[in-house]
Amino acid sequence: MTPKRFRRSNLVWGLVAWLVGILFFIPVLWMVLTSFHSEADAATNPPKFTAPLTLAGYKEFFGATTGASPWPPLINSATASIGSTILVLLLAIPAAYALAIKPVRKWTDVLFFFLSTKMLPVVAALLPIYLIAQKLGLLDNINLMVILYCAMNLPIAVWMMHSFLAEVPVAILEAAAIDGARLPTIIRKVIVPISAPGIAATALICFIFAWNEMLYARVLTGVVAGTAPVFLTSFITSQGLFLAKVCAAATAISLPVLIAGFAAQDKLVQGLSLGAVK
Amino acid sequence: MPKFGRLVPLIAVMPLAALGMTACSGAGGGGGGGGGHTVNVLMVNNPQMVDLQKLTADNFTKQTGITVNYTVLPENDVRDKISQEFSSQAGQYDVATISNFEVPFYAKNGWLHPLDDYTKADSGFDQADILKPITESLTGEDGKLYGEPFYGESSFLMYRKDVMAAKGLTVPDNPTWQQVADLAAKADGAQPGMKGICLRGQPGWGEVIAPLTTAVNTFGGTWFTKDWQAQVNAPEFAEATNFYINLVRAHGEAGAPQAGFTECLNAMEQGKVAMWYDATSAAGSLDGSGSPVAGKMGYAQAPVVKTKSSGWLYTWAWGMEKAAKHADDAWKFISWASGKDYLKLAGTKLGWASVPAGTRNSLYENADYQKAATAFYKQTQTSITTADPKNPGVQPRPTIGIQFVDIPEFTDLGTKVSQSISSAIAGQMSVEQALAQGQQLAAQVATKYQKK
Repeated sequence: MTPKRFRRSNLVWGLVAWLVGILFFIPVLWMVLTSFHSEADAATNPPKFTAPLTLAGYKEFFGATTGASPWPPLINSATASIGSTILVLLLAIPAAYALAIKPVRKWTDVLFFFLSTKMLPVVAALLPIYLIAQKLGLLDNINLMVILYCAMNLPIAVWMMHSFLAEVPVAILEAAAIDGARLPTIIRKVIVPISAPGIAATALICFIFAWNEMLYARVLTGVVAGTAPVFLTSFITSQGLFLAKVCAAATAISLPVLIAGFAAQDKLVQGLSLGAVK
Repeated sequence: MPKFGRLVPLIAVMPLAALGMTACSGAGGGGGGGGGHTVNVLMVNNPQMVDLQKLTADNFTKQTGITVNYTVLPENDVRDKISQEFSSQAGQYDVATISNFEVPFYAKNGWLHPLDDYTKADSGFDQADILKPITESLTGEDGKLYGEPFYGESSFLMYRKDVMAAKGLTVPDNPTWQQVADLAAKADGAQPGMKGICLRGQPGWGEVIAPLTTAVNTFGGTWFTKDWQAQVNAPEFAEATNFYINLVRAHGEAGAPQAGFTECLNAMEQGKVAMWYDATSAAGSLDGSGSPVAGKMGYAQAPVVKTKSSGWLYTWAWGMEKAAKHADDAWKFISWASGKDYLKLAGTKLGWASVPAGTRNSLYENADYQKAATAFYKQTQTSITTADPKNPGVQPRPTIGIQFVDIPEFTDLGTKVSQSISSAIAGQMSVEQALAQGQQLAAQVATKYQKK
């Protein structure tokens, strides 16, 4: 391929990438734009791009008319997401170690067992979990959500961590062992640093999944432990306009995830492509 | 490994952050229990409920010292959540908004706390002031009262006085369906782009099925006989359905198979239809401030054929869960929210046009309300008070209810049948086909009750 042709195909692919990127981003942009419109402008069909901007939707989100503060649900969501993510990492890294670096017997089967728990539709477990939670007095308790989100994300985390840890060169581990390092030290000082991008990627994915989870939160929480997505639905009404309010609330609620995503962006890209390049 | 250096603080900070968050949520979110008086309320997100939420802290809490924790959800979600909460008697909530559809079978299942003792002891509440059909529809089979209404509605015919006058047409106060069909034909095209009538065609047991069932009732049909024989393909049911579908196809709104309450409200406000048969609560919007048709609207009773009246009856009411943990405080809340003083408070603070109406006689005698609702308050009151939930048609019914059959299965049955009806309105299916399918489904539901 001549340099000139190479450059042209580069340009074409660049354009395609941008086009696809923008296509994916349009709904988000639309949401943000609508969140700054008044309810009446948000409801027009065809939509108005140039409608005057207002912060009314955000005032509603912070309880201007209802007096309902968004902070308790946001704090609940943060607790559930961060708590479950930490638990997941604490469990997934040793598990992945046992599957990738020092594989236990039949480790492929173990990996498959992990994944098989994801094959059951989430909703199928809902009723039993509700009844068990009720019996145990755990309904409307944020700790239950921490445990559930941990359980839901663990298989994915183990799989992700498994593929990241598989990249750790065995020679380095052997060298550390020869230097007298024991397993906890090896995990702490060798494996974790090498796979840090992978851990960041796993943590971010788990955080996002937990932050956005809605089905279980809606059913299992109530007055005290309601999470942000459940709070978001409280703006929807079957009588009257609500589009701008909901968009404002959705924008505000996606901000923490967005920030976490940006913060971990370079780590994430590295992490996701870690297994791709040898 | 330079990249690791940056990540360590992040990983180290996360557990601390989590701990901090947990502490916060423990302290801040503890509204459900502990000291002080609280009531946990699960309610539907309708505008009047949001008004109530707005007025709670400065009035109810200030007067009684009771904090109210609201969980507000859209209608379908709240129904799911309420049935889950009440069927398992989880006790997370003390009070929930339930309608006269739920109250009878919730009461039968023992999920609700009877309210008679509270109403008797609470002299200021004045149960006798509440419109009789509403009280009746919130009473269980055992004769005990299980709900207090927040607002109530019936259905009636709304029309454009100016359009009718320009065409030289008069709408009778108690029209028949044939008169309504004739008026719709004559008013069709009265203005460019204006159709004769808006009738719901959108699938859903709470959409097309509601007005259609009132038509079935007055044409002499019913979903089930007293001894649970399905009657969906019976001649009267078919006659009513054919009439309704022919009318909406000939002179009804554009996009009828997708039109529900909201779509018809828009069509009426934008001058796309001359008449509309729907909930009495729509009048508040049509004649409210900012409506382009305010002052141009006339109101008549629901169209009839064989019965004297045909309006439906619906109310969002407060039900107390049997497993409520704060029962006495919960009653105080119900007594406030359904009380006379709340209507005055909402009227003076938020405007009389938006008070939760349709529950108390005293509201209809209130001069301020009469002034704000001149055009429709009498017709609304008549419509609600003439509704007979126990005997809405020409034959005895197995359950209470006008625009629904009061069994849990009806939401599913009604929604399935409504999909065929909607297809028939769209012309994709014949009415006979739609009703034959409906009959099968209804017969399946009926077998469960025949055995009892």
